[in-house]
Amino acid sequence: MFPIIQKNDLAAKVFRYVIKAPNIARKAKEGQFVILRLREEGERIPITLADWNKEEGTITLYVQAIGKTTTMMSMMKPGDALMDVVGPFGVPSRVEKGKTFIAVGGGFGIAAIHPIVRAHKLIGNRTISIIGARSKELLIMEDEMRAISDEVRVATDDGSYGTKGFVTTILKSMLEKNEPMDVVLAIGPVIMMRAVCDLTKPHGVQTLVSLNPIMMDGTGMCGACRVVVNDKMQFACVDGPEFDGHAVDFELLMARQKMYSPQEKISMEIFEKVCQTEEQRETAAW
Amino acid sequence: MPEQDPLERAKNFFEVPLGYTADLAMEEAERCIQCKNPRCMEGCPVNVKIPQFIFHVAMGNFELAAKTLKETNALPAVCGRVCPQEEQCESVCTIGARVEPVAIGRLERFVADWERASGKISVPQLPERTGKKIAVIGAGPAGLTCAGDLAKLGHSVTIFEALHKPGGVLVYGIPEFRLPKQIVEAEVEYLEKLGVEIECDFVVGMTRTIDELMTEDRFDAIFIGTGAGLPYFLGIPGENLNGVYSANEFLTRVNLMKGFEFPNRADTPVPMAKHVVVVGGGNTAMDAARTARRLPWTEKVYIVYRRSDVEMPARKEEIHHGKQEGVEFLLLTNPTRFIGEKGWLTGMECQKMELGEPDASGRRKPVPIPGSEFTLEVEAAIVATGNGSNPLINKTTPGLTTNKHGNIVADETGKTSREGVWAGGDIVIGAATVIKAMGAGKKAAAAINEYVMSKK
Repeated sequence: MFPIIQKNDLAAKVFRYVIKAPNIARKAKEGQFVILRLREEGERIPITLADWNKEEGTITLYVQAIGKTTTMMSMMKPGDALMDVVGPFGVPSRVEKGKTFIAVGGGFGIAAIHPIVRAHKLIGNRTISIIGARSKELLIMEDEMRAISDEVRVATDDGSYGTKGFVTTILKSMLEKNEPMDVVLAIGPVIMMRAVCDLTKPHGVQTLVSLNPIMMDGTGMCGACRVVVNDKMQFACVDGPEFDGHAVDFELLMARQKMYSPQEKISMEIFEKVCQTEEQRETAAW
Repeated sequence: MPEQDPLERAKNFFEVPLGYTADLAMEEAERCIQCKNPRCMEGCPVNVKIPQFIFHVAMGNFELAAKTLKETNALPAVCGRVCPQEEQCESVCTIGARVEPVAIGRLERFVADWERASGKISVPQLPERTGKKIAVIGAGPAGLTCAGDLAKLGHSVTIFEALHKPGGVLVYGIPEFRLPKQIVEAEVEYLEKLGVEIECDFVVGMTRTIDELMTEDRFDAIFIGTGAGLPYFLGIPGENLNGVYSANEFLTRVNLMKGFEFPNRADTPVPMAKHVVVVGGGNTAMDAARTARRLPWTEKVYIVYRRSDVEMPARKEEIHHGKQEGVEFLLLTNPTRFIGEKGWLTGMECQKMELGEPDASGRRKPVPIPGSEFTLEVEAAIVATGNGSNPLINKTTPGLTTNKHGNIVADETGKTSREGVWAGGDIVIGAATVIKAMGAGKKAAAAINEYVMSKK
């Protein structure tokens, strides 16, 4: 069992969890992810590592409550334990010296860019983080990002904070001004990652994206997470999750992410019907 | 052996064969002529003392029969169900030349089931602890067998399993109706009684590397039994459409994740298709087709296989069960492309084939018949054409030699290019059978014992 040490309610159903998982904390590297399962009948879901602490033996995850599993997880409290957390999975992000590194994080994708930006900062790279949310209240991890970035630029859809618009609005103006950049990393909704790649491609700026297809085992056994990169089938769990954004078939990724949408809806509806009140939900889940 | 009615069982996940009664078992056991040179034993990859255990059954001494079985086989209830006895022990049975061979597999199953039901599970007297630590990677048939043998020799054995439950293919691949998971659990419990420790949610290669296990955790030897890896797809257009699955994904969703109880009890979604096609002719294809047949929303299940039934690699019994349950077999048929609408599978185009000259495998090569294309209307297609190897250990273990398919190179005892590291099962020989993996685990255990005991 993997106990929750700390839980924070951040914004728009985004929660931060610090979880005891010493085996994973010991080996975690930037860009990797874990797979978790809440209970015996539960499903396995992949979550990117936002942080870890080797000494304390803990990992930090940011999870948005959207489906049944993430909603159930949002009802857990410190002291409760997840049945399974396994990893770290995936090829760590490639961090090379002497680069100006631009990280673009949208929504709770900011959690995923965090350790990668930190790794670049640690080896002395110049790091600029472009982070965005729909509005100021929904923006997460601003302080954490400021602590590890030479510069943080913020965009909100409604203009309540920073630049009005999207993270791509900021990136676009940087590209137009020919600001120095060697590598761009984008993590967030597929639509955002694709927009970033469309912007950087004509400028020939190397752009990495971290893909989040449906996954099950995470060890390269089931093939659910297959993506197409450079017209070649790749498995995001063992070949990724980071890929050359200019070579990714985003259309396919978006379609495949919807593979179980009808079932997920059914599952959530039943869950909500059974558990009408918050209290009922808690007893039903645990 | 009595079986559940085909039409009834096509709607449930309970086991198909119901097993022998004690009387039936004793009657069958009496048919064994107790050969002086039992060829059946040579036909068994783990050399079960077949005539001896059958003698005890005939005498009605089931407890002793169970003890005899377990001397060489740690998983008799599994083997009695999933071994291809017709190609092994039963194929060389002396009386088989004239009449039906002795039903060794069914007797093995009976004895193991009897022991479990009786609660008289015998744990052998364990020898003095040797103080040697051995890591077994993967809790599938190869790993479980290897771990059991090493524990019985007095070594400290830890199994590291990547999934959340031990059993490997026995829990994620082989369906409940062919091998109830309760049986796997009981066999795993038996290993724990032998002192084997099992650590789940532990991916060697990621959570810890082989080198860390040896240098930091001080394991004296390691056995790698990580099993099947990346699934093969067909390389035809449309195979990334929603609705096209690998057999591994489909079976894992239904078996390990209990997807057949979705959405009321289990959370893992499964394909909810009315028409399903399975591509392939092996045991995995049969398992996938029969599993799909049992899902309440599925009306029609096809198997598409490019050769004829003679060449089908699946066990006769599995093919027979599939047909009985209403799976439609389209033989000498090959898929040419998947057809979809808005990203979702709506059909699979196929081509009729005919058999030509024998190919490298000795089987007659299927050749397409021009102009024979037709389309099957299906919303789900399950590709069961085999697996490659798992890359996680290969990539993180310097000095471990692999072949061009990524399989670990090992000698007949399972010894690899790395000192103190053995390997066996699918990760060495590619997709094979449970019993072959168990045989490999057994041989490696003997070699590992010799190695650690001679090491200072």
